[in-house]
Amino acid sequence: MSPRNADADVARSICPYCGVGCGQLIFHKDNKLISIEGDPASPISRGRLCPKGADSYELLTHPGRELKAKYRRPHGTEWEDVELETAMNMIAEQVWKSRQETFVEEQDGETLMQTRSIAHLGGATLDNEENYLIKKLFTGGLGMVCVSNQARI
Amino acid sequence: MTTTGFLTDSTLCIGCKACEVACKEWNQLPDDGYEWSGHSYDNTQALGHSTWRHVKFVEDTPEPAVGGNLGEQLPAWSFSSDVCKHCEVAGCLEACPTGAIVRMEFGAVFIQPDICNGCSYCVVSCPFGVVQRNEEDGRAFKCTFCSDRQRAGLKPACAQACPTESIRFGPLDELRDQAQDRLKKLAARGIEDAVIYDPTETSVEGIHALFLMRGDPRTYNLPQQPEVPTIYQKKGWTSAVIAAGSMLALALLSFLGESK
Amino acid sequence: MPGLGTSFGRGGATTAQQDLQFSDAILIMGSSMAENHPVGFQWVIEAREKGAKVIHVDPRFNRTSAMADYWLPLRAGSDIIFLGALINYVLRNEKYFREYVVHYTNASTILREDFQDTEDLGGLFSGFDAEAASYSPETWLYEGAPVRQPRKGKHAGHSDVVGGHGKDRGGEAGDIGEHKNDPTLMHPRCVFQVLKKHFARYSAELVERSCGIPQEKFLQVAEAYTSASGPDKTGAICYAVGWTQHSTGVQIIRAAAILQLLLGNIGRPGGGILALRGHATIQGSTDIPTLYDILPGYLPMPFFESDSKKLSEYIEKHSSKTGWWSNFDKYIVSLLKAWYGEAAIRENEFGFNYLPRVTGDHSHFGYWLDMADGKLHGLFVMGQNPAVGAPNARLERRALSKLKWLVVRDLVETETASFWKDSPEIQRGEMKPQEIATEVFFLPAAGHAEKAGSYTNTQRLMQFREKAVDPPGDCRGETWFMYHLGRRLKARAESEQTTRNAALNALTWDYRTGGQHGEPVVEEIVAEINGYTAADRTLVPGYKELKNDGSTACGCWIYSGVMPKKGENKARKREPQGRYGHGWGYAWPSDRRILYNRSSARPDGKPWSERKKLVWWDEDKKEWTGFDTPDFTKTKPPDYQPEKGAKGDDALAGDAPFIMHPDGVGWLWVSSGLKDGPLPTHYEPLESVTANPLYPSHAISPVADKKERADNAYAHPGDKRFPYILSTYRLTEHHTAGGMSRTLPHLAELQPELFAEISPQLAIELGIENGKYMVLTTPRGIIELRALVTERIKTLKIDGRHVHQIFVPYHFGYKGRAVGDVPNDLLAISEEPNVRIMETKALVCNAKPGRLPRNKRSLAIWKQDLKRPA
Repeated sequence: MSPRNADADVARSICPYCGVGCGQLIFHKDNKLISIEGDPASPISRGRLCPKGADSYELLTHPGRELKAKYRRPHGTEWEDVELETAMNMIAEQVWKSRQETFVEEQDGETLMQTRSIAHLGGATLDNEENYLIKKLFTGGLGMVCVSNQARI
Repeated sequence: MTTTGFLTDSTLCIGCKACEVACKEWNQLPDDGYEWSGHSYDNTQALGHSTWRHVKFVEDTPEPAVGGNLGEQLPAWSFSSDVCKHCEVAGCLEACPTGAIVRMEFGAVFIQPDICNGCSYCVVSCPFGVVQRNEEDGRAFKCTFCSDRQRAGLKPACAQACPTESIRFGPLDELRDQAQDRLKKLAARGIEDAVIYDPTETSVEGIHALFLMRGDPRTYNLPQQPEVPTIYQKKGWTSAVIAAGSMLALALLSFLGESK
Repeated sequence: MPGLGTSFGRGGATTAQQDLQFSDAILIMGSSMAENHPVGFQWVIEAREKGAKVIHVDPRFNRTSAMADYWLPLRAGSDIIFLGALINYVLRNEKYFREYVVHYTNASTILREDFQDTEDLGGLFSGFDAEAASYSPETWLYEGAPVRQPRKGKHAGHSDVVGGHGKDRGGEAGDIGEHKNDPTLMHPRCVFQVLKKHFARYSAELVERSCGIPQEKFLQVAEAYTSASGPDKTGAICYAVGWTQHSTGVQIIRAAAILQLLLGNIGRPGGGILALRGHATIQGSTDIPTLYDILPGYLPMPFFESDSKKLSEYIEKHSSKTGWWSNFDKYIVSLLKAWYGEAAIRENEFGFNYLPRVTGDHSHFGYWLDMADGKLHGLFVMGQNPAVGAPNARLERRALSKLKWLVVRDLVETETASFWKDSPEIQRGEMKPQEIATEVFFLPAAGHAEKAGSYTNTQRLMQFREKAVDPPGDCRGETWFMYHLGRRLKARAESEQTTRNAALNALTWDYRTGGQHGEPVVEEIVAEINGYTAADRTLVPGYKELKNDGSTACGCWIYSGVMPKKGENKARKREPQGRYGHGWGYAWPSDRRILYNRSSARPDGKPWSERKKLVWWDEDKKEWTGFDTPDFTKTKPPDYQPEKGAKGDDALAGDAPFIMHPDGVGWLWVSSGLKDGPLPTHYEPLESVTANPLYPSHAISPVADKKERADNAYAHPGDKRFPYILSTYRLTEHHTAGGMSRTLPHLAELQPELFAEISPQLAIELGIENGKYMVLTTPRGIIELRALVTERIKTLKIDGRHVHQIFVPYHFGYKGRAVGDVPNDLLAISEEPNVRIMETKALVCNAKPGRLPRNKRSLAIWKQDLKRPA
């Protein structure tokens, strides 16, 4: 009767739910998750978790989680399977087409360099590094200005 | 080994249910179904084969919640996390005919799932209504006191998760002292209706999961006088002996009388 | 949050959660902290157990109220009246911390003669332009401050009172000039006196009449909170979206800032304002913003025309001569170098013209309405679920059907991903899948244990997560997605060397990849965020090393220092030490845990009291020292006085703790940087059941944007069809729009179905039984839900009549295990003028018992309800 995480490896992590930022210990072995619990060393959470944080193993392992890319064609009534690489190519193609059609370099002789036909939403649960690449590519590279997330406060 | 216990302190409970979820996650328990009860925020409703920690929500308790609030007309809402009491004299253990229920070295009452045959004698023998049979699986289940974790020196999952230390875990005798200290502290803050729930005077002879709450423990479904059902059997046996003895005496008396 | 940014200099929480344990009083308002931040709430319990008074002011008696010493119910949307009355109580009863106020705030600053208050103009500040529905803020300036000439043009006007997230950095930067002060605080035009006059009508009597709190209860709480402040005591304020999601949200937080400055509670242990963020990295996603109006580190996005051409003009406009923002040029040039690398040279102004210009409201709601009108081609949604999570969700979903293409990345198939398949509109037969032309890609996302990266928590603390396992199946993190999308697009751009592709061609995108799926190495992104020298890519130790000549690159200056040398990621550190856990994660800026902590010492550098010491001047070592990293130039002595004409930080005296501000003090008065006034003023919510008790002719904020249109209609003032206040909230058991909770068995079983909390009085009035169904309607939509009848919900007496409030948790939708109608169908899209947040906490609705059919008839029932006499 030894606990199932007894000989597991541990990753130091942070809860993905609210902004408290509780420390988590992620027990894993052979590339499989075993359990997740609070990190007692955290000076903020002291090893404790709320019901959501306590449920974050289930968040990653429950049967409702989607593991495959899916595609819905225009006017389609059902999802279709799609290869991830194919989907990436199709998305890149759509971005390129929409951007080419709508990009405005200048207006009244002044710099504009924007497209307003492609938008982005989301980010407050994404990592800082992920948000950095989103802002850098979308705004700094593509000229997208319609970029927004949940954060207001 | 040291006897361990829980001290669940309702005056610190915020009703978040982290204990319920942490327990289910660690022990890989199924859900109870998705039925909305209409009773406060309590939708899992009771301890059972798939819920080993359960937070009870009491709206409008007679006394306001900790801190007091302003004035008596304001509402109060209190919460208390229930769990198996791991009784000193455990009805379930006494009733189990297969020996599936055992006492662990740190005092926990443990149902060995590989031995349980699902007879359910333990279910009716629990003075707190804790043990329940899983009808699909056929066996009885309840809190294991996270025996696997305890053996590895870890806290039970519920106590580990609890955000406000409403669930404390430790050596039972220390917890009994801590509970007394807590009563004194609360009294010093003007909260004089707090009580410790630890029925040592009944046939249960004390429990390993102590509770501290304000007001009457019965509000939280804790019986005033929990008794191990086997005492009724003892009573039954004793009275049979007495009855038999009296009859014998009567017979003797009449015999003696006749001989006069 | 500009409410904090303009008041103190930075938009982040001023304090740390653990610091609450040192408080003598904690005011929780606009938040149910015990429910939504339970683990953070342990520090409130800790304080309470040590004797601190915990005060909860909330329309709803919830799990936080149950733990408090005092609970005051209030009418949703009357927050500024309550806080204004507290400010008035402090001023009238001389409860303010005089020495702190005189030295560390702009209380003594003299204002211009031509300023007119809302009290003079019946609800408007001077400078209002009725046609543009906006303010011109010249008259709000300090007396003697130079007026910045707005650059006029056809499209001007949007940018000159910028406001918005750019103001998280602390007010309109710039030269505030040689302003005058009256340290006696007696001058009739000094901020202190203007404040007194402005809040004079915010009385306990008004609180009773308009918030619904009996006077004696208010006074009891006012005394409890204000008496727990001073040299030897401190009080803290915790808030969340219960304050921000109002049409006056920023000004509610401003009111809290004024209260805390008057009580001397900023920068001191147990004090401060803790903004409680509802997502793992809400703070991080404004610091490194996926927002339209700012660049990383709160540098404003260039606006069309006003910032169009020259980098030098943009820098001139957004930097200040005195205070920390004199370094603005270093930060923007280093950002451009990080993004455009070798293509960013002095000759092309470091690629300034690669950046797109902002031409209007490109926020979520701004562009979503364009989407509803068919003006957008494509949309990426990553980790958000607007089909149920955004206000007027019905409009949001219908707008999705106008897109050519949609990419959704999430852990589960959200309502947003499948709007074309099983939304209420499809169920009711309003839309048919065959008629929706939107091409939809659903890409499964990696979870937090399946990728390395950092979150920035509610107290500005960056905490890095190690990767535990590879994501399963097609699941990938956003760095993978963005990197490989960018790689494809850059390849296209390389073959088409056009002007429009110049930015894309210049963009540095040379991250190494590794692992099973070719993920970019996250440490390389952290290194870029931290900053390095352009010449040899040596990491810089912090933002003080950044240069304006193109020799350094830095992706987000406020995070600079997180990776000071190769292999040392401070956000990943797990060795907490001392009172604030330094050595665990990395707090911006420069690992300071309590902002403005210079003010924890007296002007002469000694602690205000032994009990409340935090950072002080060490006379022997000639430096600031203490329990936290000083938020101050370490060797600047307390008696330092700047020479005339000094610039930057040198222009600030040794007793000026608010170093981001050009005058070094906390701002009771915000002369520039906010779009809706220099002081908070009570306006009713955009939909209200009562008149504005202070300004009958200006019921609502004159500068809030209602975005009113046929599919985003409002109840009018006094609308008899909608007699009840409606407010939405969160449950502990669920998360936001439910994408991370409603599908999980162990959470769904705890709160399996949508319900509304109503009072027994309302239940009797309407014939609604506990546990039975009821129907709610607003001008935007109709839903059914279960009734939870509880004594915890109080009927309030407002203006002599009874007012009912109905509370609905907003998490629900039609997918997953915990299901229900979409409460956000009831809400309106609206925008607070500064941050463009919607009003979710105070609206009006109608209620009745019964159920709704799952077909077109439900719409007929709704339309019938709308047809009743208003």
